[in-house]
Amino acid sequence: MTANARANILSRLRATTIQGQGPFIVPDAPIIAGLELSLEERIGRLQRMLETMHAEVRVVSAGGWLDEFKAMLRTRALNGLLYGPAAPFGPALEAAWEADLPPLVPYIEPAEQCRERLFSIDAGITSTRGAIAETGALILWPSAAEPRLMSLTPGLHIAVLDAKTIFNTFAEAIDQQHWLRHGMPANALLISGPSKTADIELTLTFGVHGPKELVVFILS
Amino acid sequence: MTKTADVVIFERNVAKALDDGQLRRNLRSAMTTLSQRRRALFADTEAFEQLRAQGESIRRRALRQLPDLLEQLEGRCTANGIQVHWAETTAEANAICLDIIRRHNARRVIKGKSMVSEEMHLNHFLEEQGIEALETDLGEYIIQLDGETPSHIIVPAIHKNKDQIAHLFHERIPDAPYTEVVEELNAIARQELREKFRAGEIGISGVNFAVSETGTLCLVENEGNGRMCTTAPPVHIALMGLEKVVEKLQDVPPLLRLLTGSATGQPITTYFNMITSPRRLDELDGPQEVHLVILDNGRSSIYGDAERRATLQCIRCGACLNHCPIYIRLGGHAYGHVYPGPIGSILTPQLEGLDEAGVMASASTFCGACEEVCPVKIPFTEILRMLRNEAYAQGESEHDVKGHGYRYTTVEGLSWKSWALYNTRPGLARIGSQILGKLGQHLPMIGPLKEWTRTRTPPLFAPKSLHQLAQERGLDNDR
Ligand code: SF4
Repeated sequence: MTANARANILSRLRATTIQGQGPFIVPDAPIIAGLELSLEERIGRLQRMLETMHAEVRVVSAGGWLDEFKAMLRTRALNGLLYGPAAPFGPALEAAWEADLPPLVPYIEPAEQCRERLFSIDAGITSTRGAIAETGALILWPSAAEPRLMSLTPGLHIAVLDAKTIFNTFAEAIDQQHWLRHGMPANALLISGPSKTADIELTLTFGVHGPKELVVFILS
Repeated sequence: MTKTADVVIFERNVAKALDDGQLRRNLRSAMTTLSQRRRALFADTEAFEQLRAQGESIRRRALRQLPDLLEQLEGRCTANGIQVHWAETTAEANAICLDIIRRHNARRVIKGKSMVSEEMHLNHFLEEQGIEALETDLGEYIIQLDGETPSHIIVPAIHKNKDQIAHLFHERIPDAPYTEVVEELNAIARQELREKFRAGEIGISGVNFAVSETGTLCLVENEGNGRMCTTAPPVHIALMGLEKVVEKLQDVPPLLRLLTGSATGQPITTYFNMITSPRRLDELDGPQEVHLVILDNGRSSIYGDAERRATLQCIRCGACLNHCPIYIRLGGHAYGHVYPGPIGSILTPQLEGLDEAGVMASASTFCGACEEVCPVKIPFTEILRMLRNEAYAQGESEHDVKGHGYRYTTVEGLSWKSWALYNTRPGLARIGSQILGKLGQHLPMIGPLKEWTRTRTPPLFAPKSLHQLAQERGLDNDR
């Protein structure tokens, strides 16, 4: 922890005299043509890619997703659904809730005060900022309205995606959503399925430390 | 010819690894699978070559501006609220971690996978200080239970099969039932670690890419343990080698694709985690403190040499291991150092010194498979050749690799001098090759010749030398 570590390291890096030499003229990278899919194709590709990673994908109409969501919940025995009241669909969710559904649990206190609940609740629902068709991934920017642990600690993560925000590629999403101009959030995430591991004999199994299931509602 | 200590140890390790039939079966099946998956993902070779050229270009561009980018990274991170620390040595990096841990009166840290932390021997160091360091990546968790180190930089427990893991869990985890079902083994680990995540005091992770223009730390993972370690505890410490920086956010997508594709043939991992700041004022979770430790440990000396610098392009995908005929037969432990396989063979001797790890540069058949698969086109064979030369280079060497000249012996020096003499005096060479042609088959197999022919067929000397044959055909050997 010498105070000089920084200065020493930087001066060693700067001491080099090889900068202008042949091998350090950086080759120009080729321009790689990205995907250019129509909206329908993007939805199709995203669905296919996510399903390969064992996510469950439902393409539904923007008006009808809540009913389908509630029907899905009725088929499962869940001890509660974690949600953000300030999420875009928060008020609609509250208004549509019924007594036979798992209780709605708002995430409104700092994690320190509700740690037990966060680690024991069965399901969490979040919005998404977009998705990537090429590799199949959701883009999440957790915020005060929908904090980071919502998509991590519950065994079932439900994500709601507006089909219009499905981009061809990751690079396109960064560019068209102006990530640089906007400024990065404390934490941005790409999520492509339920958590998984292949650490034992490369046998793929799902549900390790993160959610065991990911259900994506694509609103078209 | 006396053998240097590194050679003696390596030969012993090699013999042991080659003798272990189970290890060889485990490795062969895993490496075959990984390389097939990679090939399937990058089936379009033209597109892949374009992507690779892009990856190489991004890494070289970043390295060319390295000191500036590191300063920019530090500036952005600091502005975002991330505390940046610099460490010249692994001892300094360990001390920085310990200081942070002590300040928070923590007794335990939970760790995501990080090769730099292995390089620091952080777990061992912390345990000596009475702090428990718990690995949470399933593979790392398995080997930690068995008191081992990773044998692969991506799949650390790949040398074990499920029966071995079943026994290990049953013996070492209280109340764990015996099961060989992979799902059930997973569930045991999940349950064990979940409580630790909930109560986690300090989380430690590595860094796959650090973006200097935004001050963003990127982490690639599948299990969710990395997100747990960087989200649930109040403090997160991220460890990175100083070469990990990239210039732009837009540099990330191609590198990410190359990394996950080369490593396991996945188009993307389950999670790609981009961390730019600690918990913000109005937010409800995430760590209150994020620290970034930037480690040198010999990298800046690699940086200064034109030929050696390419070593720092590496994005630690592990593809060179998966395709290396030597790694596939030995596994990682035989190398005796943290980074095994081709990347270990070029990196470790430069970090630790040739006198410590020079033998690793000999663990290559020069088949060039590593060079062919490396997503950032590191010129392995050139670097390996340079390191082998440096091992014998006395005095001031051209590339000044730490510990150079350690293998130079007078006998060998003399042998090469006589070889040079022999070949620059046509008369001598002629007489010599005639004698070898007549008597070569009857050379006594003793000393170095015995050693050399232990695993190789002795050469057959032709009755007539190439010179002679050429002359008989009327070719003038001087032109
Ligand atoms: S040297 Fe190349 S192939 Fe090997 S781990 Fe690094 S990036 Fe991957």
